[in-house]
Amino acid sequence: MSATSASTDVPRRLGTRRSWSDRAFRGTLVAGGAAVLAIMGLVGVFLLIRAWSALHRAGWSFFTTAAWEPDSGNFGIAAILVGTILIATVAVSVAVPLALGVALYISEYAPVRLRQPLVSVVDLMAAIPSVVFGLWGFFFLQGHVTGLARWLSTTFGWFPPFSVPGSDPHDPLATATVYTSSTFIAGLVVAMMIAPVVASIMREVFMQAPVGEREGALALGSTRWGVIRRVVLPYGKGGIIGGTMLGLGRALGETIAVYMIISPVFAVQWHVLANGGSSVSSLIALRYGESTPFGTSALMAAGLALFLMTLVVNFAASSVVARSRSGASS
Amino acid sequence: MAVVEVTPPIVGTTTPAGHPNVPGGPVGPVPDAPAVPAAQPAPRREVRRQLSGVRVSDLLNVCGAGVAAFALATLVCTVLAPVTSPLGFTAITVGLFLALYALLVSLTESGVSVRDKLVTVVVHGAAFTLLAGLVFVVVFTFSRGAAALPHVNFFTQDMALAGPLDPLSDGGIRHAIVGTLIQISIALVITIPLGLLTAVFLSEIPGRFARLVRTVVEAMTALPSIVAGLFVYATLILALGIPKSGVAAATAISIMMLPIMVRSADVVLRLVPGTLKEASYALGASQFRTVWQVVLPTSRSGLTTAVILATARGIGETSPVLLTSGFTAAMNSDPTSGPMVSLPLAIFQFVKSPEPTMVARGFGAAAVLMLLVLTLFVLARVVGGSSPLKKDARRRAREQARTERRRRAAARGPRGRRPTPTRTPHPTHRPDQEQS
Repeated sequence: MSATSASTDVPRRLGTRRSWSDRAFRGTLVAGGAAVLAIMGLVGVFLLIRAWSALHRAGWSFFTTAAWEPDSGNFGIAAILVGTILIATVAVSVAVPLALGVALYISEYAPVRLRQPLVSVVDLMAAIPSVVFGLWGFFFLQGHVTGLARWLSTTFGWFPPFSVPGSDPHDPLATATVYTSSTFIAGLVVAMMIAPVVASIMREVFMQAPVGEREGALALGSTRWGVIRRVVLPYGKGGIIGGTMLGLGRALGETIAVYMIISPVFAVQWHVLANGGSSVSSLIALRYGESTPFGTSALMAAGLALFLMTLVVNFAASSVVARSRSGASS
Repeated sequence: MAVVEVTPPIVGTTTPAGHPNVPGGPVGPVPDAPAVPAAQPAPRREVRRQLSGVRVSDLLNVCGAGVAAFALATLVCTVLAPVTSPLGFTAITVGLFLALYALLVSLTESGVSVRDKLVTVVVHGAAFTLLAGLVFVVVFTFSRGAAALPHVNFFTQDMALAGPLDPLSDGGIRHAIVGTLIQISIALVITIPLGLLTAVFLSEIPGRFARLVRTVVEAMTALPSIVAGLFVYATLILALGIPKSGVAAATAISIMMLPIMVRSADVVLRLVPGTLKEASYALGASQFRTVWQVVLPTSRSGLTTAVILATARGIGETSPVLLTSGFTAAMNSDPTSGPMVSLPLAIFQFVKSPEPTMVARGFGAAAVLMLLVLTLFVLARVVGGSSPLKKDARRRAREQARTERRRRAAARGPRGRRPTPTRTPHPTHRPDQEQS
């Protein structure tokens, strides 16, 4: 390759020169990556640019105003952000214990023969479109859960979020409509939606708990619960937190199921059991069509706030999972 | 806290060798031996012990506590307290059951064991509740849609001439099915090449730029679908003046699907053993050849699974389509002009109507959509290799057949030539992909 004379020993240059086809191939790959980066970046940048005019005009009041009248300049996400977070909170606090139960059942208790089918069922449930859950919530849950809501509000009414203004538990003729279309019901529907996803992630991590440690715990005479508590749960901590955060991210962004259930109000609604609530995504679905350009910009700003929130949650989840012992498996 | 006092009856039966301790999940080599790449024949896998120990007394305890709890709850609800709702009755029964069960177990066993038993019951209960709830969602949809599904016209007509008051024997969802298929096809045409190219890029040309791309893609998986829809609505429809159409909807779906696909394909490609690639390079293959003939074929099933699962996700997206595709009751097979409805959107519009026939149509469409997702899912399972259990069994059967052949060849005796050395199976596990 190199034309060195016989007298001087020159170290050979090591290195690969790529053929033209390889260079073209690598060029294509880089171009593909750059294209995806451009598309994804475009979405983010465009959101920011379009949201800017609304954010600029509203200033800090964007985060403190609880109304949505962008064309008269009176708008902000205080109410809908609170609504979004409340729905997600209800969803996560219902879904995570159930999902933990399913994950533990599949990985620890289920007969070997049943394990694989159950894994498939849970994964399949995670793929069910959210509109189906919305149907179920609207046509079934709405009518059947008001009893529970009434009981919760009469029993735990001293806890402010559970009180329902305008309801009188001692009035036998009181209508149940104060309990319908509430944050609570929307949260339950979203909980059903995210539970399979959360369960699937937890189950995957639990099943990877090292066999040696399980055997060690058993050899020391621990019960099944002992194994779970001392081996499986510590090992799967990252998966539990990561799965929960991922479910939270989904719950924050869910649109259709919430839109079908909730009756929108644009005031801060702390009472999760009471009629009316709101979320950022259902606001966008509700208002996109009737918006002026400035109204669209305001919706963009709301969408951007939602996106940033889910982004933070997702990155927190992935960093927790990556640092845990089980590693970034999903 | 010491948990060494009592062992529950453990029937330690070892499962057949080869049962992977991790059924499902992207598993490369045994997780305990990460230092050894999957080059040499994998060491004997650690097999998880099966604990099973249901004694007659356990069953009797459960049954007894159940009967007692039911009876007590009935007493409480009918005589002592005015509880009328079935939900309240169930809650009281469950509470009483747990207390009685703990009491029964504690008669014969120690505290550690009581706790173990209680947790067992609670976990079973939670799992059963959620699984039953999820199955109920599916069954509910099918049962409410059952009125619409038997009509052939439900699949062959559109809603152009059928009003809300028309019976189910008029009109159907052909337009929505066709719209869904067209939109998802366009989305796949956009996302498959771009997604796979990017995934290969991430694994083949690592570096700063790849890290940046990976981070941005990961961030974009968090993009709420409605925001993706809003983006397309604001750019394509408002800014560029493209009317609401199938193409706009497909673009919105693509933006949702692309990060999901890149991410799962990236995970799959990272599981390709480095030794395979190095062997290819050592034979003098170029990078392109290596990718084309080693990396992609090795991970083909996983990549297919990634694509199919992203499709299943994209097909059910409602909110981006709601903003971008417009709504029509008539058939429209031209994605470039005119509104085009898809299944999720049709469901959403149907159930807005108070008419029971429209609601039944909505549930029927939901059932069709779920069947579509189920088909895709089953397809993903079939393509992505069935369960690792079955695959392992197949591998073992193959090996057994091979040794059998070898033995027979040896028994025939050396007839001048040695039995041809059979090719040993490649020791690497083909990755089983299952995206969570």
